[in-house]
Amino acid sequence: MQSAETYNDTVVRQFALMTVVWGIVGMLVGVVIASQLLFPALNFDIAWLSYGRLRPLHTNAVIFAFGGSALFSTSYYIVQRTCHTRLFAGPLATFTFWGWQAIILAAAITLPLGITSGKEYAELEWPIDIAIAVVWVAYAIVFLGTLVKRKTKHIYVANWFFAAFIITVAVLHIVNSAEVPVTLWKSYSAYAGTVDAMVEWWYGHNAVGFFLTAGFLGIMYYFVPKQAGRPVYSYRLSVVHFWALISVYMWAGPHHLIYTTLPDWAQSLGMVFSLILIAPSWGGMINGIMTLSGAWHKLRTDPILKFLIVSLSFYGMSTFEGPMMAIKTVNSLSHYTDWTIGHVHSGALGWVAMVSIGALYALIPRLYGRTEMYSVKLIDVHFWTMTIGVVLYVCAMWISGVTQGLMWRATNPDGTLTYTFVEALKATYPFYAVRLAGGVLVLGGMFLMAYNVFKTVTGPKAIIADQPVPQPAHG
Amino acid sequence: MSGFWNLWIAGLVTLNIAFLVWLLFVTANKKKSDQDAGPETTGHTWDGDLKEYNNPLPRWWLGIFYGSIAFAIIYLVIYPGFGSFAGTAGWSQVGQWSAQKADADAIVTREFKRFEGKSVAELSTDPAAIKVAKNLFAANCAMCHGSDAHGGKGYPNLTSPNLTWGRTADDIVATISNGRMGAMPSWQAVLGEQGVVQVANYVYSLSGRAAPDAAAAAAGKEKFATICSACHGPDGKGNKALGAPNLTDEYWIYGSSLDTIKETVTNGRTNRMPAWLDTLGEQKVKLLAAYVYSLAPPPAEAPAPAAAEPTPPGT
Repeated sequence: MQSAETYNDTVVRQFALMTVVWGIVGMLVGVVIASQLLFPALNFDIAWLSYGRLRPLHTNAVIFAFGGSALFSTSYYIVQRTCHTRLFAGPLATFTFWGWQAIILAAAITLPLGITSGKEYAELEWPIDIAIAVVWVAYAIVFLGTLVKRKTKHIYVANWFFAAFIITVAVLHIVNSAEVPVTLWKSYSAYAGTVDAMVEWWYGHNAVGFFLTAGFLGIMYYFVPKQAGRPVYSYRLSVVHFWALISVYMWAGPHHLIYTTLPDWAQSLGMVFSLILIAPSWGGMINGIMTLSGAWHKLRTDPILKFLIVSLSFYGMSTFEGPMMAIKTVNSLSHYTDWTIGHVHSGALGWVAMVSIGALYALIPRLYGRTEMYSVKLIDVHFWTMTIGVVLYVCAMWISGVTQGLMWRATNPDGTLTYTFVEALKATYPFYAVRLAGGVLVLGGMFLMAYNVFKTVTGPKAIIADQPVPQPAHG
Repeated sequence: MSGFWNLWIAGLVTLNIAFLVWLLFVTANKKKSDQDAGPETTGHTWDGDLKEYNNPLPRWWLGIFYGSIAFAIIYLVIYPGFGSFAGTAGWSQVGQWSAQKADADAIVTREFKRFEGKSVAELSTDPAAIKVAKNLFAANCAMCHGSDAHGGKGYPNLTSPNLTWGRTADDIVATISNGRMGAMPSWQAVLGEQGVVQVANYVYSLSGRAAPDAAAAAAGKEKFATICSACHGPDGKGNKALGAPNLTDEYWIYGSSLDTIKETVTNGRTNRMPAWLDTLGEQKVKLLAAYVYSLAPPPAEAPAPAAAEPTPPGT
């Protein structure tokens, strides 16, 4: 039995396609700055192309443009399908799409111009910050409004994670962006000194915990059971790891400020709560991977499942690595080195990007009335290209980071430093080449995806129409 | 930490950890019959085929969870973290730093004993001293002066036989210990555009080169005598006491082109060598001075006070 109501798939399609576009843009800028670290002349002495300006462009583009579009797209899709109702406040949903794209465009213009508030992962200046807050509140209204008017009795687990992500990011963004404007394009933080640093990393680490973890776990909780055709492994586990994850992540920020002016007690709490985070994080990985038990054979034939399962493996690895790096003794070696860069990318490429790409390969054919992508073979090629790229990238940065950490602290018997800074830089140079090779492979994979998506959505079999809302099953 | 914030932090930590334990306890201890039920789903279905099993929490995972909580509690007993409670070990990062610093200082004291009582000039010919000094230079000085000590634009070349602030042993020790502030004022307002060109041409000619504009240089000579000679001396050989560079030799800190000289006269220059005594201590400063001293032939040390030197060194 079907009602006349349809799902709002237009906004989902828009965000899905822009995810691919911004993925290519963000990763391309990443490849450019990785090349600049290898060949500094590649900034061509043009201020707009200098590393210091392109690096925040890269991080903003991959996290907020690529990751953000993926989250908007999938959350809008999933919340409708699992609530059996059309998206609440349709025009507002349309507004979130155009608003978010305008913000990304503003970022792409202002960051190369050197307009920045100077806060890592929150570089955008105050007018854009206000725009983000407005769009985000609209997003919350659309998403939570849809949850309220749901036709099902229970809220599906994916939606808990999306809701937590949306609400928390709103709080994080507004608190961290409190600033005093002095001109249209310059503001100063409302906080000073160590407090400013702590607010920044409270924001920064929870951006990892809620934007890059909780949101993408929402994606995982829908697409893994759907793609595997199996029920989620454990409802109970999802309850425990959800509540543990969102309560404990809040404490972890100080681990970015170990051995700094931050008081000892705050550093210690950052460290011990980071360690407690291992189990809640792994709860998500277990629930995803174990969902596949009984359907392991599907991994042989379904490259989308490969993306999803490998992403969960990277998730498990990064969420073990992170707490280890939060231990003061380990941190004194790893901090300020490329190890951190490796850790971030095993999370951002291995987990966030792979789960998003897997989800998009499952989502896009459904949005265009097809049963599968134009070429399943190409998905498989993309999977292997990306996996090899990520492994090269992460291993190169591990070796480079540990090398740096050891060389910086090495001393001669007479008490002097064994190596100069330049010697450590020289030692890491080959690994920068390996990192670039890894990045090029990942970017190449994105181009394969773009081609595959283009052929899928423009092919003769593609149907662009909103799908009808089915009646929910009882329960 | 005030009384309120102590309670706030300690209270929140306690509440969060207690919440986790409670959460694990209520979800892990489901009735046996629940677990025996096997792969039954929770009974809910979404979007056609989305269902959930309700498998028990994996025991090894529970072990990790409880283990990490136990670790956290033990850690917060031993180390600071639980509100204002300082921990039983009495550890602090400042304390850790002080201990490591004391160890490092002990090594320096032990290692530097062999250099005690030796002058900078003696140390400059002692291979053991120079070996240590080179390491110190690479770690502390090379980022500005270059690993070969040849400097760069705005950073003096330490292998030059003349140094602006002098290169006697005492001069070098003083420069490294206390740093130097070099300031040349801007002369644009006084000289005007034409005056700047004239003085620049004259200065250009001082190092034995033909001035690009001989007439301007001739006019500049007079202006130099009234204005510039106050610091650089009537013959342009500089003044070590003021840090005024010698303009008659071939070494230039900022560059020797006419344009660069014009820029210097127009806008002036400000430069700074930081003071290293507090960071490095006397013994290391002395070794570094010995290394710099060794980089050029030793100057003829005047028996009289340094200011009376016949040729004021300077670049």
